[in-house]
Amino acid sequence: MSVEILMPALSPTMEEGTLAKWLVKEGDEVRSGDLIAEIETDKATMELEAVDEGRIGKLVVAEGTENVPVNDLIAVLLQEGEDSTSISSAPQEKSAAPQAAPSEDASPDDAEPVAGPGAVAAIIAPDPDIPEGTAMASITVREALRDAMAEEMRSDDTVFVMGEEVAEYQGAYKVTQGLLEEFGSRRVVDTPITEHGFAGLASGAAMAGLKPIVEFMTFNFAMQAIDHIINSAAKTRYMSGGQMACPIVFRGPNGAAARVGAQHSQDYSSWYAQVPGLKVVAPYSAADAKGLLKAAIRDPNPVVFLENEILYGRTFDVPEIDDWVLPIGKARVMREGADVTIVSFSMGLTYALDAADQLAEEGIMAEVIDLRSLRPLDIDTIIASVQKTNRLVVVEEMWPICGIGSEIAAQVQEKAFDHLDAPILRVSGKDVPMPYAANLEKLALPSAPEVVAAVKSVTYR
Amino acid sequence: MATKKAAPKKPAVKKPAAKKPSSRSTTKKAATRKKSPQNQPNVPAFSADEDLEAYKVMLTIRRFEEKAGQMYGMGLIGGFCHLYIGQEAVVVGVQMASEEGDQMITGYRDHGHMIAMGLDPRGVMAELTGREGGLSRGKGGSMHMFSTEKHFYGGHGIVGAQVSLGTGLAFANRYYDNGNVSFVYFGDGAANQGQVYESFNMAELWELPVVYVIENNQYAMGTAISRASAQTDLSKRGVSFNIPGEQVDGMDVRAVRDAAARAAKSCRDGNGPFILEMNTYRYRGHSMSDPAKYRAREEVNRMREEHDPIEQVKARLLKSKTVNEAGLKEIDAEVRAIVTDAANFAQESPEPDASELWTDIIEEVSA
Repeated sequence: MSVEILMPALSPTMEEGTLAKWLVKEGDEVRSGDLIAEIETDKATMELEAVDEGRIGKLVVAEGTENVPVNDLIAVLLQEGEDSTSISSAPQEKSAAPQAAPSEDASPDDAEPVAGPGAVAAIIAPDPDIPEGTAMASITVREALRDAMAEEMRSDDTVFVMGEEVAEYQGAYKVTQGLLEEFGSRRVVDTPITEHGFAGLASGAAMAGLKPIVEFMTFNFAMQAIDHIINSAAKTRYMSGGQMACPIVFRGPNGAAARVGAQHSQDYSSWYAQVPGLKVVAPYSAADAKGLLKAAIRDPNPVVFLENEILYGRTFDVPEIDDWVLPIGKARVMREGADVTIVSFSMGLTYALDAADQLAEEGIMAEVIDLRSLRPLDIDTIIASVQKTNRLVVVEEMWPICGIGSEIAAQVQEKAFDHLDAPILRVSGKDVPMPYAANLEKLALPSAPEVVAAVKSVTYR
Repeated sequence: MATKKAAPKKPAVKKPAAKKPSSRSTTKKAATRKKSPQNQPNVPAFSADEDLEAYKVMLTIRRFEEKAGQMYGMGLIGGFCHLYIGQEAVVVGVQMASEEGDQMITGYRDHGHMIAMGLDPRGVMAELTGREGGLSRGKGGSMHMFSTEKHFYGGHGIVGAQVSLGTGLAFANRYYDNGNVSFVYFGDGAANQGQVYESFNMAELWELPVVYVIENNQYAMGTAISRASAQTDLSKRGVSFNIPGEQVDGMDVRAVRDAAARAAKSCRDGNGPFILEMNTYRYRGHSMSDPAKYRAREEVNRMREEHDPIEQVKARLLKSKTVNEAGLKEIDAEVRAIVTDAANFAQESPEPDASELWTDIIEEVSA
């Protein structure tokens, strides 16, 4: 019986990859452990080892093929005594089966259909910050973040990047790819695994006039460093009577990735948004990621820049403008509508925009607002929308208690009580530690159907 | 925009082979170790002028702190107030070894550091009383004062935080290649915080110009060092990072200055960090609300009588006939006048305007 070699999942968020190179050819004998291919994932280029012994009967996917889905058949290995005639009929047809395997349901992305590059841009309203007729480049959030850092580092020698695996590894999530090569080890600094220490060290460097960008491999690890983010970075200006600044950016992926369990999946948005002295940014699109990260690096205040691992690989249009910088603290109306306001940020937008599409088919026109910044919070944009729609649903991935949604609900009832025709509803992550099991994880996160249900409830449909 | 010296002298990644002699600490048996070891070989003498200078500054700190204690008792100073009395030789000796542009950073027992660095005693005292004329305009308090002009980086209330921050100041020195050294003060209590060792590791790894000045005053709040530290020879705390360390008689300003000068030179020569354990003693409680049940009155008295840093200098000044008793009285009057002036200023300066509540939180950015 021949052995099928399938496209492997090489990271928690990988859905497809590029078969960069075959290291074997048809007819080659391989033993377990032999390298047979190079596969490029969203995070790195990885080598694929043979698991079984045999002879390569057929290379089903040609080298250089992009977007090969995980679990697709890529090669067939013949066992002793077999020849190519024993390759069962039409391997391509078989590839459909493993794709539907239950393990694929693991990804929370399945909750929303925005999968392919470019798909996102089609459904959103034009960005008023982008002049009409501007040429656009289609790039990923990951590339946008890297470009933002590189541009700021080119124009300001005091800007440097520091963190675990930012230099020689090229970034644990490839966000800092290429920076070491361009800027060298003075300005792209690999740290030991020592979050508390390097967050403090970087804060001290900022007080001395440098502009550090501190990358946390994830904000889950920043909990080790939160004392410096809050006590050292956020409070120094005030405690010094305005004398001492701490211009620093703390950035990295925040919130749930996929199947990484409770300690790697927490969303810290409201933790940081609560702190005076900090600015907090949580972009969704690549254009916002770039424009806001550039603003964050230039900002004379400490900025917590919350990214999302699943969004890293998403592609959006980014304006090809010299020095694309966006103001921190301004929300954006992503989609206009008169029936209900849906406010969200970061990954929450994927559920909100998907729900808005579904609702539109049923004649309910939702106005979708991307907060982009969590502190300062652009409450005026929310109030203006609520005055029009009279209904509000807030969507976020974090826990519901004392969340961003709670804060928005409080402020809207204080400032626009008379404009509300229904209770403000929150669609959030569930009030539980993140489970590992695929089905439970999916239940723990918000979903587009939950957003649709909330909207129907506040519109009394 | 680009700054003065951009070119890195050395790569941030250290060559694996580079090694220095390991700990230069004087070895002592931890359990039997005495306070304030008098084992400094050949303490270099001070000139008459140096003794005089050290005397004046130490005395100013002493009198300032006594006044602060008095004002606390009168309810003019609130919250926490940690006095430096007894430890004056440490900060004065280190300051005498520093050069223009060198930074200093410490914890919450910080009044002495600011006075030694030449910050206006009026501004320090008015901060203690929470007034507009305070260094932080009344918004920081006893534990939180800064001076960008004098390169004093605080004034930190989280025990050990200043060690990571101060290592970052040294990182900036390396980045700018400016030849400056960061002096990072912390106590025997802070020496048990994890971030201290995270910082040691990075400082040695990147050969940062930082002198870690451990002010071992023998008690972390009320916990004697032997009850809190498995290794009580704090000069050895850098051994596993290959950071050289030295124990210093922190009650002798000459020994302090000498050790600090050698440590700073080692840093400036590109050899990376250095640890100085200053054996010292605080006469007063941890803070003003300390009942001091954890140590005997006799112990305090013995330290005062036998090791007082100011009395040591005073005796030398008299012996060398640099000044006579009348001259000392003159100095004392001079110092008292400075402190009285600071105290008056601190009481006369108005409380900050209510609008100050909302300022200095963030710097506004024009869009």
